[in-house]
Amino acid sequence: MERFDQSSTQLLATGATMRNYPDKPESVYFFGTCLADMFYPAAAMAGIKLIQQQGIKVIFPARQTCCGQPAYNSGFPDEARAVARRQIDIFYKDYPIVVPSGSCAGMMRRHYPQLFENDPGIAEIKEFSERVYELSEYLVNVLNIRLEDRGDPIKVTWHSSCHALREMQVTEDSKSLIRQLKNVELVDLENEYECCGFGGTFAVKQPQLSGVMVNDKVDYIIQSGATRVLSGDCGCLMNISGAIDFRSEQITGQHLAEFIWERTNGQPPNS
Amino acid sequence: MANHQTVDFEKNVSRALNDAQLRKNFKFAMGNFVVRRKTIFSDAVETEKLRATGNAIKQRALRKLPELLEQLEKKCAQNGIRVHWAETTDEANQQVLKIMQDHDATRMVKGKSMVSEEMHLNKFLQAHGIEALESDLGEFIVQLNNETPSHIIVPAIHKNKDQIAQIFHEKLPDTPYTEDVQELNAIARKTLRQKFYEADVGLSGVNFAVAETGTLFLVENEGNGRMCTTVPPVHIALMGLEKVVEKLADIPPMMRLLIGSATGQLITTYMNMITSPRKDGEKDGPQEVHLIILDNGRSKIYTDDQRRQTLQCIRCGTCLNHCPVYTRIGGHAYGFIYPGPIGKILNPQVEGLESAGFLATASSLCNACEEVCPVKIPIPELLRRIRNESYANGAANTMDGRGYKRNWLEVMAWKAWSFANTHARVNAAGLKILRRLRLKPPRVGPVKNWTQYRTAPEFARQSLHELVKQNGVDHE
Amino acid sequence: MSEPSRDRIFARLKSAAATAAAPAAQPEPLPTVEYSHREKIEKLKTLMEAMRTEVHITSEQAWLGRLQDILKQRNIKDLLYGPRTPIGAALQQKWQNAADSLPELVPYEVEIEEIKERVFKVDAGITSTMGGIADTGALILWSSKEEPRLMSLVPPVHIAILRADKIYNSLAEVMQKENWAAQMPTNAFLISGPSKTADIELVLAFGVHGPKELIVLVIDD
Repeated sequence: MERFDQSSTQLLATGATMRNYPDKPESVYFFGTCLADMFYPAAAMAGIKLIQQQGIKVIFPARQTCCGQPAYNSGFPDEARAVARRQIDIFYKDYPIVVPSGSCAGMMRRHYPQLFENDPGIAEIKEFSERVYELSEYLVNVLNIRLEDRGDPIKVTWHSSCHALREMQVTEDSKSLIRQLKNVELVDLENEYECCGFGGTFAVKQPQLSGVMVNDKVDYIIQSGATRVLSGDCGCLMNISGAIDFRSEQITGQHLAEFIWERTNGQPPNS
Repeated sequence: MANHQTVDFEKNVSRALNDAQLRKNFKFAMGNFVVRRKTIFSDAVETEKLRATGNAIKQRALRKLPELLEQLEKKCAQNGIRVHWAETTDEANQQVLKIMQDHDATRMVKGKSMVSEEMHLNKFLQAHGIEALESDLGEFIVQLNNETPSHIIVPAIHKNKDQIAQIFHEKLPDTPYTEDVQELNAIARKTLRQKFYEADVGLSGVNFAVAETGTLFLVENEGNGRMCTTVPPVHIALMGLEKVVEKLADIPPMMRLLIGSATGQLITTYMNMITSPRKDGEKDGPQEVHLIILDNGRSKIYTDDQRRQTLQCIRCGTCLNHCPVYTRIGGHAYGFIYPGPIGKILNPQVEGLESAGFLATASSLCNACEEVCPVKIPIPELLRRIRNESYANGAANTMDGRGYKRNWLEVMAWKAWSFANTHARVNAAGLKILRRLRLKPPRVGPVKNWTQYRTAPEFARQSLHELVKQNGVDHE
Repeated sequence: MSEPSRDRIFARLKSAAATAAAPAAQPEPLPTVEYSHREKIEKLKTLMEAMRTEVHITSEQAWLGRLQDILKQRNIKDLLYGPRTPIGAALQQKWQNAADSLPELVPYEVEIEEIKERVFKVDAGITSTMGGIADTGALILWSSKEEPRLMSLVPPVHIAILRADKIYNSLAEVMQKENWAAQMPTNAFLISGPSKTADIELVLAFGVHGPKELIVLVIDD
């Protein structure tokens, strides 16, 4: 399959500019995401622990809930704004905000300034957005994490979720983390950059379309020969894992953070 | 304008997804176009500069639109091209008819024109006893088979060569059955050559109209466009009013973007630049050239800054090629003239939300289209705008059918969601209840739609909030 | 009937333009490549040959001879040409002095209405060119009284004479250097090869409605 230099193209394609990454801080905020809270808490916990392991203090504001994207994409911007405003108020200190999801990070970084463009407090919103980082990009570019693989050989494949790819441009960062693990073989997916069909409410509003997209994605995953599919996004994971299960395939879907934690610590993040 | 949804999108999607050949054809063709585009635009940095240039040129042209249209009209008049203004497709059809009737014309040959599809021109002329024959090979094929095009650039891509062979064999006199592509082309060439020779009027679209010189630019590979615009004594050019650009110097980058995005070529076989009808002493070319400029909702779209970006479109078709939805269902399933991502934002604005608003839900907002659009139209942003307007939310402008989807159930659901997500304790409590009850939601609505293809996710035994507390993470 | 429409359209456009958004940032000008004389010829030849054009590099002395060979090889029986052009004069002279049987020269000097059948039956057409473009591989033709437009479109074989010193780097360059904005001809066009289509299953086929063959004689002295 043609290898395409993702990072430079994507960086420029949707108007994103190259980021200047700050130095390692003493503390960071962690935004868990609503999906992780409900369905994949271990994945988010793994993200927190990976950061803590690098000697950084992680602060998880207890009143956080959701980035607001579901309403934003469904035609309810006022409700999205109300929820977004809440998160902005909660994460008020000048710490970086690390998010284990390209989708939620993208919402906060790219879309909050648009959501609030007519707001008199827009400067504060932009300042907030500047502090948002997706987990992979933070581990690679700020924490310079070094990973030692303690696991058995395994073949995995990567699902590059659309917003991680196109809005946050972190796909290469995520893959570089996997490549650090010496016993992990990373195989390419055919049509890697194609959407898995989740799209939030798209999955339930256009079930036929979403269904065929996720089934194609699962077909490609099976074809790749991987026994595990990794993703940095819980929405995609829920979608793809759900379809894999529905088809009784023997492949597991897992969040990248949880996978990395297990491989480098030899145990699940909850113990 | 229809004021209710007449397109059964669900049925169309179902039919398309179950058509194995359709899926195979589109997967192959779109995959091909994706690779071609990557190849022709292989330098990522230069490509982004070029896209920025395209965006700037179109934005400049749109900002000055009334002035440029006036300049175009003036220049065309000076050069002998007659300009007509059509507010609606009905008017445009009438204008075409009048020109035909003024010349006692009954035979028209057509080059590719999406505007003529918007007008349903062929059917209209047919009802008036006029043959309007498509000369672009793909359009010729679909016309013979009484269909509409399924893609902006390759109209017959949904057909295999055996189907085309059958169509030619059945519909063209004295035509043997052959699946050989060279032979099929030769048949088309022979048939159409006679038609070019005999036609009373030639019709074309316009890729770009340059205001500075009053020149119409058309690109093509087959030569049928030049035939239509040179052989018959009368040439009618149709264009949407957003197709004007300011200067000649704008053309090279726009052409590079259009041609590269549409077909992955550096340049088409022909780039045709028409400035006037046959002058004194010239031996050929049409003696009359007419330019019909169509509004059909564009000036209304223009009045809103955000929506105006829709008019940057240069009809290259690349958003279609990269769309995971279009790839799987093809152009016909959309039920409107413009398919794919551009169709999803254009049709609702032209036809009204009630009849076409549903198109805006047929997207997972993956952003693949925005990434490749040569003029950087923010398609996902416009999709959200249409979704907002469908519920009478967000910025108000008179989008026809605003609020057509608004219903108390969804409004209440989002208000409840907003409340829960601005009151963390309510949220946490709700989650606990859901978990404890191990609520198995009834298999209706969204749950049914999800579980048709996937198993439902299970609530974790402990929420992240709980785990965080348990693990001693600072949770101020 | 169309004037009130025009008024309504412009009323809407003008009301909106007044509140238009701020001007977009002016992007950097695009890179311009400068080729040497040799490079221009090579680039044009390579690109046009990739599009199935037959390109011959020849000279002022040799081109007529090369033309005759080409016509003979293809068994071309008649050749449409514009008599009141420099190449027209050269052809007339050569044909007068020629001993071999050559194709009939068909002058295109009346209005198409009087010569349509002939134009549509002729085997080949020969035209001069206004120049060429190196970066995309194309010929530039301007319609004129002396060389009507259909000459390069209708005959199945089109032979074009291109002077090597008239090859420009790019379309942008020729537009600017030759000040096209001051006056565009009735019809100008670029040609990059014989006609083609990929409408059937994306399989490329040449020779659709325009010429099946394009032959370019580059005169390089």
